[in-house]
Amino acid sequence: MGKREAIAAFVDQPGGLIKALHRLQDQSGHNFLSPQDIELAAEVFDLPTASVWGTATFYSLFSMTPRGRHVIRVCESAPCHVVGSLNILSELEKHLGVQVGETTKDGCFTLEVASCLGVCGVAPAMMIDENIHGNLTPQSLAKILAGYA
Amino acid sequence: MKSMEELKLIRERMKVTNGARHDQRQTQIVIGMGTCGIGAGARNTLLAVMNELTLLDLDNVSVTQTGCMGMCEREPLLEIRTIEGESYLYAHVDAERARRIVANHVQLGQPMTQWIIKRGQEAERWANEKRSLHLSTNPVD
Amino acid sequence: MRFIRSHILICSGSNCQLRGSLSIMHALEAELIKKGLYQEIRIVETGCLGLCEKGPGMVVYPEGVMYTRVTLADIPEIVEEHLLKGRFVRRLMTQPADGEDKLTPLNMSPFFIKQKRVVLKNCGLINPESIEEYIAAGGYQSLAMALDQYSPDQVIQIVKDSNLRGRGGAGFPTGRKWDFTRRAEGTEKYLICNADEGEPGTFKDRLIIEGDPHLVLEGMSLAAYAIGADKGIIYVRGEYDLSIKRLEQAIRQARESGLLGRNILGSEFSFDIDVCLGAGAYVCGEETALIESIEGKRGEPRLKPPYPAQAGLWGKPTSVNNVETLANIPSIIEHGAEWFRSIGTATSSGTKVFTLTGNVVNAGLIEVPMGITLREVIMEIGGGIPGGRQFKMAQTGGTSGGCLAEEHLDVPMDYESLSQYGSSLGSGALLIMDDSHCIVDLTKCFLRFFVHESCGQCTPCREGTAQLYNIVDKISKGRAAGSDIDLIEKLSRTMQISPLCALGQTAPIPVLSAFQYFGPEVRAHLRGTCPAGICNMKGALANADS
Repeated sequence: MGKREAIAAFVDQPGGLIKALHRLQDQSGHNFLSPQDIELAAEVFDLPTASVWGTATFYSLFSMTPRGRHVIRVCESAPCHVVGSLNILSELEKHLGVQVGETTKDGCFTLEVASCLGVCGVAPAMMIDENIHGNLTPQSLAKILAGYA
Repeated sequence: MKSMEELKLIRERMKVTNGARHDQRQTQIVIGMGTCGIGAGARNTLLAVMNELTLLDLDNVSVTQTGCMGMCEREPLLEIRTIEGESYLYAHVDAERARRIVANHVQLGQPMTQWIIKRGQEAERWANEKRSLHLSTNPVD
Repeated sequence: MRFIRSHILICSGSNCQLRGSLSIMHALEAELIKKGLYQEIRIVETGCLGLCEKGPGMVVYPEGVMYTRVTLADIPEIVEEHLLKGRFVRRLMTQPADGEDKLTPLNMSPFFIKQKRVVLKNCGLINPESIEEYIAAGGYQSLAMALDQYSPDQVIQIVKDSNLRGRGGAGFPTGRKWDFTRRAEGTEKYLICNADEGEPGTFKDRLIIEGDPHLVLEGMSLAAYAIGADKGIIYVRGEYDLSIKRLEQAIRQARESGLLGRNILGSEFSFDIDVCLGAGAYVCGEETALIESIEGKRGEPRLKPPYPAQAGLWGKPTSVNNVETLANIPSIIEHGAEWFRSIGTATSSGTKVFTLTGNVVNAGLIEVPMGITLREVIMEIGGGIPGGRQFKMAQTGGTSGGCLAEEHLDVPMDYESLSQYGSSLGSGALLIMDDSHCIVDLTKCFLRFFVHESCGQCTPCREGTAQLYNIVDKISKGRAAGSDIDLIEKLSRTMQISPLCALGQTAPIPVLSAFQYFGPEVRAHLRGTCPAGICNMKGALANADS
């Protein structure tokens, strides 16, 4: 299904733009919204490009730059911070050889930080794509990442 | 669903299910499941109890097991504890006896006196003493 | 129906699933089949039992024995010893065995005895994926009763009399909010359930929805009946996979049973609910930002008035209520306003669901009467501070709440008492920190959150949060002067009155309270020392005016 058809169904839905942007990002292959995607959504929804751009850049689940196949989001909020999320983050940076916001050379992972993921009962936690991983220790990371490579 | 009546029907029908999830139901049936109890056929006793409860559609009863009751030669042992706190201890409870105890004692409130070896406080005290000998592996409420 | 002698309730909430509760469940099932016990014992997936940090948890009935930290290796023992022979597996039990031979009932164990479960009454007792189990537990009775016996105005009056206040953070009286919406002009009205739980340290709404989705739907139906809405929307965080799944399933079941849709239970009342997903923005928890987001726009707060009660979603009168608020409604209708007021304190009625996180033994989900002290929550229910360390501080109400020190441990947890000390109940997050942490480092962490989550619409918030962060960062590096502390104070006062929404207004709260109650520790940083040894002081400047 082409992108235009994929999002056309959302036009009549109240507040359908955000759902359409989700769909476009999922179909992009690189977990992001390209300027062409934004243009397309503006055209289909009959909205000014600037307004679609505004919506897309507002939400942290959308990216305007290409990302890896898997997006790692490490929680940096206080409950995770208190039980050692910084160690997790630095271990991930070391293991992947990238800084926060960057993508690994093989295009496999993009490393991001996120606000509270709502699983503080198993802090420190991170999400990889739709999956949550909790009770992280610097030692447990390699095995988790291997499951995605 | 069209009315409150239907809502009530579902609630009644499901009572059995949720009734099991309270710490204590009204009448308790406790079966000795120590090694000697199992050796004497306590599993069959348990299954017979459950079958009879199913047949009679009784739901305000809990069935639990306990460890060795200390009278190995009289196993399988089965204890009935009523809502009033009365306690009755039955001996040599095979499947047939189990069925009849449930039908008569649990459903109709008529103890099968011929198989009872202890009752009332005596049974309770006795059971507690026996239990205290088996504390490490055999806690019972 | 077949007699089932034992029910094993396994927590399938998010926290326990992450700890492997589903594979435990499957292993248990296989073991029961292997031992020939499958016909007499039922395994039930249920909602959160509360001890998230000790998951996966399960409760075996009729004995009411709770096992925690269950691993696959424990399954054969649980089946052989407990389920076959009736001997409890003591090493996995949470409740103490009183006097050795007596099992303390679950509801009498220290973790539960101080709790009062209204919102969580079914959580851990019923299967959240079964509408029949919910109905069997008394579910949808309140809706049936209200439709049958009360006018919408009477429902509002009961909620007003109950003194229920919003559980999302602001604490606005729910009955009044509904009254405004009911009296607003127009026939088309909306009810929105706010499940965009983003406050760091808060996961109560997630676990309420996962554990008892129909309770939320029933609360929404009652609210919609009261305000005159025929359309409801639940706005859920996009990350809450299981919540979304359970809600969608519950809505489907309710529709099939005629408990959502046209002429519910034969009455004139029609109501239906849609689920709408967020896309990752903390500010969308603010009700007008949430409405903007549902409309498909940037989630920026609106200028108020008009309030949503007058002009909300698509410009129509709208009531936005938190998940926990709505989950209280069925019980209030069932038991009456007086009953609800009898729980809690004079001005803060009812219970509050808290999420305990950080350095505390029993991290997890609890529900307690309002007015309970912080000490009771942390030291008794929470089991104290682990690792032999000392309590240092607690932040109530999430990252936008205040930091309290040891001298505040006996402050009652209710709306008024906490605000006296510059904190709040907020969303019910309770972050406990031990003495290994540095107050300045933590403050920096709180502020980083606000810098990231400020929507950028209004200047005091966008610039204010960034400047606060910069100054505190300077302090953490030993490069600040006493005048910087005054600057924080001044900037904070401005921010508390000028931004459009609560995000900017509350951002300074953790900073102000931390600096007020931990002044000496903060000032030590001006002299180039971090007493906790957390902050990197290599580039510290020597200050004379500290």
